[in-house]
Amino acid sequence: MSREARVGALLALLAAALVALPLAANSYFLSVATLVLYFAYTGQAWNVMMGFAGQLSLGHALYVGLGAYAAAALFTQFGIGPWAGMWLAMALCVAAGVAIGFLAFRFGISGVYFALLTIAFAEFTRIGFDHIGWLGGPGGLFLKVEAHKTTDLANLRGGQTMFYYVMLALAAGAFALCAWLLRSRAGYYWRAIREDEEAARALGINTFRWKLLAVAISAAMTSLAGVFFAFYYNNLFPEQIFHISQSIEIILGPIVGGVGTLFGPILGAAMLTALADALNNLVAAMGWDIPGVKQVFYGVILLLVVMFVPNGIWPPIAKRLGLGRGG
Amino acid sequence: MSASLIANVVIAGVLTGLVYGLMALGLSVIFGVVRVVNFAHGEMMTIAMYAAVLLFGAFKLDPLLAALPVAALFFGLGYALQAGLINPFITRPEHSQFILLVAVATILTNVLLMVFGPDARNVQTDYMLDSWAIGQVLFDKARVFAALAALATAAGLFTFFRYSRTGTAIRACADNHLGALIVGLNVKHLYALTFGLGAACVAVAGCIMTLLVEVAPSVGPGYTLLGFVIVIVGGLGSMLGALLGGVLIGVSEALAGLFIDPSAKSMFSFGLLILVLLLRPQGLLGRKP
Repeated sequence: MSREARVGALLALLAAALVALPLAANSYFLSVATLVLYFAYTGQAWNVMMGFAGQLSLGHALYVGLGAYAAAALFTQFGIGPWAGMWLAMALCVAAGVAIGFLAFRFGISGVYFALLTIAFAEFTRIGFDHIGWLGGPGGLFLKVEAHKTTDLANLRGGQTMFYYVMLALAAGAFALCAWLLRSRAGYYWRAIREDEEAARALGINTFRWKLLAVAISAAMTSLAGVFFAFYYNNLFPEQIFHISQSIEIILGPIVGGVGTLFGPILGAAMLTALADALNNLVAAMGWDIPGVKQVFYGVILLLVVMFVPNGIWPPIAKRLGLGRGG
Repeated sequence: MSASLIANVVIAGVLTGLVYGLMALGLSVIFGVVRVVNFAHGEMMTIAMYAAVLLFGAFKLDPLLAALPVAALFFGLGYALQAGLINPFITRPEHSQFILLVAVATILTNVLLMVFGPDARNVQTDYMLDSWAIGQVLFDKARVFAALAALATAAGLFTFFRYSRTGTAIRACADNHLGALIVGLNVKHLYALTFGLGAACVAVAGCIMTLLVEVAPSVGPGYTLLGFVIVIVGGLGSMLGALLGGVLIGVSEALAGLFIDPSAKSMFSFGLLILVLLLRPQGLLGRKP
């Protein structure tokens, strides 16, 4: 088989398994699978900025939070549903991302400094939302939870299976978009910028504009994850959704799976979510009910992965399957 | 609002800020030389705070004295951490270093949580509620002692880097990594030494911080972020800048707490950080990269 045929076969298998999953899985397993898809999606979105264009963001919680609050505020205060609200969410996040990117890139901020700037904006916004009384402040914003007997896709009210398929559609869309982006003109420009920005500029690439485009696309994608978050969990707290731990969770999947690859974020999200779930069960089964045990195991495993598989888990697997570098 | 109240708040802010500055000094020294951002800095400080609380509980040892053995221990741990774990990462991309140190931070925080539980602890020295009064202006004894200890530690570190042979060698590594290798410096050893010194700084800062605030396992990430804000404002890699940044942030926190709302105080710190990054990205006292 050619490389394209093998990738196609792998994708078809994966898609078939994911579409058929609700037939076989119970509600609990489906909720874990939804979480995997959620992190695969956000990982894919972060990867556009870091993996493709080489701009390290450690503040992606900003876009999740803004997207979630925008859609939830429209829904709770004005009765506007998520399919309309998501456009505002996206617009808001693109504006925020472009503003941050514009300031940073205009003033020549890069590397560690850029990463710390993204943290600063997310933290600034987190504390700011704590003081917006109209949106609940630190007490949180709640969406009305009705008995989820009927599936109301127009308002994203429904059961686990509906949310699973919505998240699957988002993740599949993100995968297709990223695959297309990588082959587009933007994808080649981004990778040129990632490898050597000065050389890219010397070749006549307007690096400022293409970096901004990467931030805008990444922010727009992440905002939809926020909209989903709001309607899936039905409660939003600034302390949680804008918190740096949210940003860290978003980037763990693609880094463990393989930065800059298409399958890496998916594989990383699956492995980390499965790991967290397995640790939950292990800790419960062994009776180690001390708070912190699970996180220590998680930290140790993370440490071992970054030490011994520095480029992520997917690239070596891709090589073995004859899929090239996994890109 | 009286002038003396404002003066009291500003003085408390300056004194606390010097301790913040010492903590950030550790971060700045490590970044300035090893070029690794220590994302586990606040968590290391939290461990030092617990060490001071435990030593006080067991031997009634004053945190100002506990700082000496804890700093020595942290120097060793920092050396080992750099030589064993971080050194292979210095040539890897930043996101890789970030995850490594986030993993270390996660382990540290949660080991504390496992061992000590989530409740806050503190020390109670007999001078903690005393103060000196000069006219209307009060100087908390604990804060004054803490600030003096922070200044003394920082002065010691300055002297070491400025005048000792090893300190000069470390500065040579920071200035020119390749050149340092060429003239035969043992860069790996010097990097580990630097990390150890940074860890010792944060250990002293953590011990004396227990005179001012209580400690719980969950405070670590907040101190990490605070450290970033301070070193960026002061200038990453600049030692004097870290102290200046600490004082600025200490005062701005205190004033924001007085005039606006205590819960909004770190918003001002982050606002200041964003302004400095945009207008003077190398920080107030930093050199242009």
